[in-house]
Amino acid sequence: MMKESRPGKAGAPGGQHSGNAQSDKPYRAGSSTMTAVAERPLRPAAAQAGRKAILQSESTQGLALISPTLLYALVFLFVPILVVIAHSFWTQHYLTIDRTFTLENYRVALTEPIYRDLLWRSLYISVMVSVLTVVFAYPIAYYISFHGGARKGLWLFLITIPFWTSYLLRVMAWKVILGYNGVLNSGLVGLGITSEPTTALLYNSSAVIITLTHAWAAFAVLPIFVSLEKVDRTLVEAATDLGDGPLRSFLRVTLPLSMPGVIAALLIVMIPTVGDYVTPKLVGGKDGVMIANAIQAQFGKAANWPLGAALSVTTMAVVTAMAGAAVLILRRAARLAR
Amino acid sequence: MKGRFARFLPGGRWLGLYALVYVIFLYLPVIFLPIFSVNTAATPKFPLTGFTWKWYEQLPHTPALLDAAWNSLVVGISASVLSTVFGILAARAITRYRFPGRRPINGLIMAPLVLPEIIIAISMLLVMLQLGLSLSLFTVVLGHILICIPYSMTVLTSGFEGFDRSLEEASADLGETAFGTFRRVTLPMVAPAIISSLLVSFTISLDEFMIAFFLTGTEPTLPIYIWGQLRFAAKLPGVLALGTLLLLASFLMMTLAEILRRRAANRAHTEGGVYA
Repeated sequence: MMKESRPGKAGAPGGQHSGNAQSDKPYRAGSSTMTAVAERPLRPAAAQAGRKAILQSESTQGLALISPTLLYALVFLFVPILVVIAHSFWTQHYLTIDRTFTLENYRVALTEPIYRDLLWRSLYISVMVSVLTVVFAYPIAYYISFHGGARKGLWLFLITIPFWTSYLLRVMAWKVILGYNGVLNSGLVGLGITSEPTTALLYNSSAVIITLTHAWAAFAVLPIFVSLEKVDRTLVEAATDLGDGPLRSFLRVTLPLSMPGVIAALLIVMIPTVGDYVTPKLVGGKDGVMIANAIQAQFGKAANWPLGAALSVTTMAVVTAMAGAAVLILRRAARLAR
Repeated sequence: MKGRFARFLPGGRWLGLYALVYVIFLYLPVIFLPIFSVNTAATPKFPLTGFTWKWYEQLPHTPALLDAAWNSLVVGISASVLSTVFGILAARAITRYRFPGRRPINGLIMAPLVLPEIIIAISMLLVMLQLGLSLSLFTVVLGHILICIPYSMTVLTSGFEGFDRSLEEASADLGETAFGTFRRVTLPMVAPAIISSLLVSFTISLDEFMIAFFLTGTEPTLPIYIWGQLRFAAKLPGVLALGTLLLLASFLMMTLAEILRRRAANRAHTEGGVYA
């Protein structure tokens, strides 16, 4: 527990910036960040100091206040990712790691058919899932924003609640639904639509796509809703007054203006789903395995950390490139529509 | 609002129907868990065979489950308290101060929200092993704090935004010390947001699988326990019962958190005047 609080280090990054501000700081600030911050702007002395000094000290205080959280993110997120990148250039020799620089892991990650196929499949699944989620989410976000009236908050709450239940449990629920002895099969047979249960529902990439699309729904609705809320309603009105039909005014005004939300939703769904582990493992079967399962194997049974690291870095790089491409294409499309 | 614009908008009625179907689609899979957890048959399929509490009755007699529940409680409380403390500091800095690097710093702190969990998990695992830390509930807590902070930040920022700074100044002018101002003016106004952040982080920690899966040693949390049970078809009804209880717990905590968050946001915006 000591790691998190670290009162000594908390003030350190702020301290670097406090050089100029130090002069008009008659009282100690380092020991208790919270107190110092509450205290600082209230003293008349500060009000009398020059405008620049106030700005200076304001940034010092802001930085000092955020520094524990920043430090935590640096130590447990930023540095670890650098460590992963470093590992990806090293080699595993049984239990030790050889730290001579090599690109061998990347060669394996990019050219070995098994990893290449897994990467492609992961990308395909994440693109499908993000596009489907956004397509399904847009009308509901639109409905809430334009027709929600006084019940907007309730609608949003209704949509986010299932998302707050355990991800593992939701995936498990889909396994129950799609299984050979599952809800859908027994329902179909019971209704006489099929004569015997089908195995086509579970253990393939479609099952993974369905499950993930369901799991990420709320994540897509929220950013689209936020950007639709910002659309100036009088513009829609103006387009209608100038003779655009409902569909045309939607395509030429509302949709382009809500594009930032669509882009955000796509990325928020696409990036995390590339690295999904639970869903392919539970409902994917042999044909639904994704790159995260291979990464996990390298850190588990296969015990080849550098290869696992290279696979992770490759995945991140590819998904970042793809996300960038999606942003560019959609921005261009939105501009053309106007 | 609605009436005025409705005529410009395409198909409100159809969209309403669609919204209904969408919400049903969202809830349907989740609803099957409780349904089959009180069904007498061991396999989850239709038609239902009969009502029973027996799967629930077995739960308290499973020592491994009780241990896992205890572990989850310990991890959840530690992670939620610490992530809320970090969240308070950062949200306060972001909402109240302008400082260089505000956006990139905010971006880094919020990054776990959009990074694939496996990347976070393996990178933390590598560092923990390099540091020679043995994997335990402590390392799980470290991981959970990291992924809870963005949620704490979101909740707390919405509670802190629109916070009337003049109230604090008034308190200082009237002779209150800095700490007194914080305790008697600031804290009461932000308390609902803080409690809401605690509940949200606890819920996330309680449900989190991926990071716990990589960072735990021999002590499983509840999702890890469930993961282990999923391999045995015969254990499924018990897992469904446990899952239903977890769903219920998450649902209650999130509803409470949402009510408190709204109250916090409202208070900061409207009731501020009354307090002054």
